[in-house]
Amino acid sequence: MNDSPSTNNRDIYGPALALGFAVFVFAISFGVVCVSAGGSVPKAMAMSLLVFTGASQFSAVSVIAAGGTAASAVTGALILASRNAIYGVAIAPWLTGRLPYRLAAAQFTIDETTGMTLAQDTPQRRRLAFWVTAASIYVFWNVGTLIGALAGSSIDTQKYGLDVAFPAAFVAMVAPLVRSHRAKRVGFAGAVVCLATTPFLPIGLPIIVASLVALVGMRPEPVAR
Amino acid sequence: MSWAVVIGLSVGAYLLKALGLVVIGDRKFPPRYEGVIALVPAAVLCALIMKDTFTNGQELVIDARMAGVSLAVVGVWCRVPLWLVIVASCAATALVRAVS
Repeated sequence: MNDSPSTNNRDIYGPALALGFAVFVFAISFGVVCVSAGGSVPKAMAMSLLVFTGASQFSAVSVIAAGGTAASAVTGALILASRNAIYGVAIAPWLTGRLPYRLAAAQFTIDETTGMTLAQDTPQRRRLAFWVTAASIYVFWNVGTLIGALAGSSIDTQKYGLDVAFPAAFVAMVAPLVRSHRAKRVGFAGAVVCLATTPFLPIGLPIIVASLVALVGMRPEPVAR
Repeated sequence: MSWAVVIGLSVGAYLLKALGLVVIGDRKFPPRYEGVIALVPAAVLCALIMKDTFTNGQELVIDARMAGVSLAVVGVWCRVPLWLVIVASCAATALVRAVS
């Protein structure tokens, strides 16, 4: 048994619920746009239940909706999902256990669970934070997708400006990631590369080409002056 | 959207998650790759914002979406709650479309 008072874990349950509610809004917009982009309710649900990494789901649907090929949609989304491999390495020391346990934990290795896990101070609290956040996000994400997907088939997304839900969501997702000068420059360069190559490349490919900008990360970060 | 996309993405995304947590585990990830992968979301998300705001197929366009996404940038900058950012961006875009 954990000998610290149970009230101490309230600072895990509260933020986990808040994060769940935040992704709920993303999930509803995902469901709506996924269905209107030629998906179906089962496809939207399969994406959220199985893929379960928000930005990549949005990315794939966005490329398909614009008329891109399946290959470019999946490739771009997987490049975006590669960060989950880094997250797995970062949280692995606290999610030790039998193979089935780790295989199950892998499905929930995403931005929010990693952030919550690493924010705790003891191994027990890190493990608890991982699973509580995973449960909260997984439930909200899938319920939100279902609501959006069911509503989406009866909504004129253009009329209500819902096509902008995706770029607005991307703006919110990228904001915490571009705090350093280097990340800001990489983001700007990615934007420029995308626009500059759009007229010349098949739909979806500019996103993949833009991701190559991240290769500047091979060089060690310059020392701040 | 085909089932191939759904299944391909499901398998690929799971393998990437398991690669970190299960395969590499608490062994060390080469720092060069870590630097690159850490910068990928900034590059890709900014590219996606541009694509979803200023492109229509292979064409570059400026239309009502710019109003909505600009409002999203201001909203996120001012730390407006997320749901309000998304609702306001969609409403602004719908409004511009309705009057133009």
